[in-house]
Amino acid sequence: MADQIGYSQKVMEHFMNPHNVGVIENPDGYGKVGNPVCGDLMEIFIRVRDDVIEDIRFRTFGCGSAIATSSMVTDLAKGKTLEEAMKITRDDVATELEGLPPRKMHCSNLAADALHAAIQDFREKQKKEATG
Amino acid sequence: MKERIYLDHAAAMPVHPGVARFARQFPTGFAGNPSTIYQEGLAAQEAIARAREKVAALIGASAPDSIIFTGGATESNNIAIRGTALRNRKIGKRVVASAIEHISVLNPVKDLQKSGFDLTLVPVDRYGMIDLDALGAAVTPETVITSVHYANNEIGTIEPIREVAEIVHDRGGLLHVDATDAAGRIPIDVERDGIDLATLSSNQLGGPDGVGALYIRPGVRVQPVIVGGGQERGLRPGTENVFGIACMGEAARLAKEEMPEESERLRAIRDRLIAGITGIEEAYLTGHPAERLPHHASFRFARIEGESIQLAMNMLGIAVATGSACTSRTLEASHVLLAIGLAHDEAHGSMVATLGRRNSLDEVSRVVSATRETVKRLRAITPL
Repeated sequence: MADQIGYSQKVMEHFMNPHNVGVIENPDGYGKVGNPVCGDLMEIFIRVRDDVIEDIRFRTFGCGSAIATSSMVTDLAKGKTLEEAMKITRDDVATELEGLPPRKMHCSNLAADALHAAIQDFREKQKKEATG
Repeated sequence: MKERIYLDHAAAMPVHPGVARFARQFPTGFAGNPSTIYQEGLAAQEAIARAREKVAALIGASAPDSIIFTGGATESNNIAIRGTALRNRKIGKRVVASAIEHISVLNPVKDLQKSGFDLTLVPVDRYGMIDLDALGAAVTPETVITSVHYANNEIGTIEPIREVAEIVHDRGGLLHVDATDAAGRIPIDVERDGIDLATLSSNQLGGPDGVGALYIRPGVRVQPVIVGGGQERGLRPGTENVFGIACMGEAARLAKEEMPEESERLRAIRDRLIAGITGIEEAYLTGHPAERLPHHASFRFARIEGESIQLAMNMLGIAVATGSACTSRTLEASHVLLAIGLAHDEAHGSMVATLGRRNSLDEVSRVVSATRETVKRLRAITPL
């Protein structure tokens, strides 16, 4: 297959009208990946009830695909159990977005990592509460 | 759908309508090979000779033979730098360039290091003006080529080329000037400016892509970097792109004729654009406020990223450029913006607007409000 030219329709939809933008005050889990020096920084906030991601929000500094992947990962994770959400991969996000240009595959598809970091954060807090 | 506004003339220009009219005289190009002596070949030779005169006239070169045609500015830069350095290596093995040169200058000078040359990159100030003291220290009698562009394509700053030339010549060196972005926009006179080699691009003059020129002051010795037949004094072998060269010549003629009026027209639009966009919160002009190309406006916006600016502006019908890492092949922040002292995160949020013939004063308010909307939208998402 030839390399994709430009962004897919789906990426542009999420870029122009991203879903679940914002912050959750006192989130149950918080994940942050990337670095403004590299041009990509995303953070994800989750609210968890009975092991299910009840609410999820994100904020992103970065390129079009960084914003679109963030938006997409929040859609994919919302309503899922933590175990299911941990299984969401970078490839899943790219596939749901109908593909990303090859150069964007590795560098700005960090959204799944941010989600996993938020879940990890939640689990660590749980552990601390259980032991504390 | 509103009409699109194209503001990336530094990247690619539409062909000037006058060049298109000229080209229609040769609907099937030129039949003959200019290396032949029958009528068809002579017609092709003639077309190239006329083009040489027109390009020479644009930059004040009194000898048309001082112009060779190439496949574009990248080729011209390579021939100028590698060809001059290698030809004169017995004199010395040092090369100097400004830190904000185009990649097609920086990569050849860096590549010469593999052949044992020492490279010094001369810093610039916060406006992109070359540090003349540092240049004076960098250029030594062993420096075989110094390359400083006439003006920068990302921040629009015009360099003090005459002072640069004086410093280089005082030390017995040769000066190559990449004039790709300046030619046709501000007056250039290679003889009065003291330029030994100058790079020009056809497209940046309103001609077709894939053609360029290199001015070589008579007496300057350059060796070929690609070898083949003897075309273009052996420096750019291969059958000439006659049609493209003829069109570049016409573009140069029109640029010279129209420059005084057109540059003033663009400057007025540009100034309005700068006034409007720098009125946006945490929006800053990059490059020199006064010593800048008349068609060039460049900015950075705090806390947002350039590719997303470009993408959002595109959705609003406007094509702009960005120095953002995310749009580059290497995914590295712009070396120009880092060299003028911006931090990495600041360098990511740039937007460049370069004007051309089709732009008008009426478009400014739409561009400013689209920029304002874009910045506001992206800042609502940013964690910074």
